Amino acid sequence: MIILEDVSKTYSTGSPALNNITLHVKPGEFLFIVGDSGSGKSTLIKLLLRELTPTSGRIIVNNTDVVKLKHGKIPKYRRGIGVVFQDFRLLKDRNVYENVAFAQRIISVPGREIRRNVPSVLSLVGLAEKYRSRPRELSGGEQQRVALARAIINNPPILLADEPTGNLDPKNSWEIMNLLDEINSHGTTVLVVTHNREIVNAMRKRVITMKKGIILSDQEQGGYIDED
Amino acid sequence: MRISTLFFTIGQGIKNIFRNKLFSLATVATIASCVFLFGLFYCVVLNFQNFVREIQTGVAITVFFDEGLPDAEIMKIGDEIAKRTEVSKIVFISAEEAWESFKSEELGGYVDSFGDDNPLQDDANFEIYMNDVSRQETLVKFIEGLEGVRQVRKSVMVASVLTSMNNFVGYISMAIILILLLVSIFLISNTVSIGITVRREEIGIMKLIGATDFVVRAPFVIEGIILGLIGAAIPLAAIYYVYRNVVEYISERFNIISSFLKFLTINQIFSTLMPVSLTLGVGIGFLGSFTTVRKHLRV
Ligand SMILES: Nc1ncnc2c1ncn2[C@@H]1O[C@H](COP(=O)(O)OP(=O)(O)OP(=O)(O)O)[C@@H](O)[C@H]1O
Ligand SMILES: [Mg+2]
Repeated sequence: MIILEDVSKTYSTGSPALNNITLHVKPGEFLFIVGDSGSGKSTLIKLLLRELTPTSGRIIVNNTDVVKLKHGKIPKYRRGIGVVFQDFRLLKDRNVYENVAFAQRIISVPGREIRRNVPSVLSLVGLAEKYRSRPRELSGGEQQRVALARAIINNPPILLADEPTGNLDPKNSWEIMNLLDEINSHGTTVLVVTHNREIVNAMRKRVITMKKGIILSDQEQGGYIDED
Repeated sequence: MRISTLFFTIGQGIKNIFRNKLFSLATVATIASCVFLFGLFYCVVLNFQNFVREIQTGVAITVFFDEGLPDAEIMKIGDEIAKRTEVSKIVFISAEEAWESFKSEELGGYVDSFGDDNPLQDDANFEIYMNDVSRQETLVKFIEGLEGVRQVRKSVMVASVLTSMNNFVGYISMAIILILLLVSIFLISNTVSIGITVRREEIGIMKLIGATDFVVRAPFVIEGIILGLIGAAIPLAAIYYVYRNVVEYISERFNIISSFLKFLTINQIFSTLMPVSLTLGVGIGFLGSFTTVRKHLRV
C-alpha cells in the first residue's frame, strides 16, 4: 500500500529532516508514528501527500509513483488520502459545515448526499451542534475534530493523522482514537502521528519510533519507547 | 462537471465578491471608468461617422443647363453623367419641381403673390449622388466640360476633407480603445492578484485536500466576469441618461445646430454600444482574472 525506499528530505535550510528512510505499510494496517519534536514525522506525512517531494528515494502509494506524479494527476491522487494536519488547515472564512462539505464538493458529490453525509460525520466526531461556527470560534480540540471529519467524509483508502489528539483531553482523545481504530477496522490504512504515550501503549499497534530523521525502531504491537 | 458543481462554483465566485468588498469596489470602479470613457468616445465617433455618412449620401453635385436647352439635349447630358462609375444615382428635377420644393421649404405660406408664374424657369437640374465623395473634383471637371452645362454646384465643399477626417477619427478611436483595454486589463489583473495573495493559504489548503486547478481557479474567473459585467452596466446606465438629456438639450436650445447636424437617437447608439460594452466588460474581467490566476496559481 505504502512503500518508502531510501527516502531523504533536506529542506533548503539546514540538515536533513529525513535521512534514508525505508518503510513498508500493508493495506489495512494501523500504524503509530512517534518520536521527538523535530524528528521528521510531519515531513513524512507531507511527502506522502505530495505536499513536498523527497530530495532522493522512492515513494509508492497504491501502485502510484508519488515522486513522478504529473501535476495534473496530483488532485486525483490526493483524493485517495484523508489527512488531519497538525495545524488543522481549516478554511478560515467558512463555517464547520462548509469546511467538511468542501471535501465532498471537490469530488462532485450531489448536493442531496452532501446534506446527508456532513451532519452524520459531524455527529461522529461529536460536533453536530457547532456546524455553523467559524474555525476561530472553536477550541483547538474542536478544530481538530473538524479536520478529522473532513479527512474521513470521503472514506479514503488511506488516512493520515498528524497529532489528531494533540489538543484534546484524555476522554476526547480516547474517543478519537477509538474512532480511528473503527475506521481502520473497515479496511482503511491508518497512520497516526502522536505524542500520546498512554494510548500508544494501550492500543498495541505497530509503532514506528523516529529520531533525527531516521527510524529508530519498528515494533509490531509495540509501545512508546523511552530512551532517556 | 456536475450542474451542482457549476452552481457551487458560481456561488463561490459571488461570495468572493462580497468577501472582499473593497477589492471588488476598486475593480468595478476601474472597469466602469474605462467603459464609461469608451462609451463617451463611442457616442462621439458614431455621431461623427453618421454626420459624414449623411453628407456623403446626400446630393453631391447639382447640374444646371444653358437657358432654353431642349429636353433631348438635357437627357443626353444625363446619360453621359450616369455612365460614370463614381455616380450612384442621378435624378432629374424639372423647373416645376424645383419651384414646388422651394415654395414649401423656403417660403412657407407667402407664395400667393407669385400667382402661376414660375420664377425658377431655368432651374431644371440634375441632382447627382455619389458612391465615392472623394472623387467629387474629378466628376465636377468632367461635367463642366460637357456641352450645354451652365453651372455645376458642389453642395458640400468639405466632403473630401470629412472623408479623410473620418478615417483619422477611426484610427484615433481604435488607438484609444486599445489603450483603455490594456489599462483596464492591467488594473484588473493587479486587483485580482491582490485577492489571490490574500487567499493564498486557503487555496493551498484546497489543493492539499485534492481540489483540481479548475475548482480553485474558476471562482476567481467567475468573480472577474461578474465584476466586469457590473463594471460595464453602471457606465451604460450613466451614458444612457446623460446622452439622452444632452441631445435633447442641444436640439431644443440650438435649433440651428440640429437643423444640419442630426444626432443619432439613444436607441441607435445603444443597439451596438450595449453589446459591445458588455462584451468588453466581460472580456476584460475574463482576460484579467484568467491570466492572473494562471500566473499566480501554480499550486
Ligand atoms: N518548511 C521547512 N523549512 C525548513 N525546515 C523545516 C521545514 N519544516 C520542517 N523543517 C525542519 O525539519 C525537521 C523535521 O520537522 P518535522 O515538522 O517533520 O518534525 P516533527 O517530527 O513533525 O515535529 P513535531 O513533533 O514538533 O511536529 C525539523 O528540524 C524542522 O526544523
Ligand atoms: Mg509535526
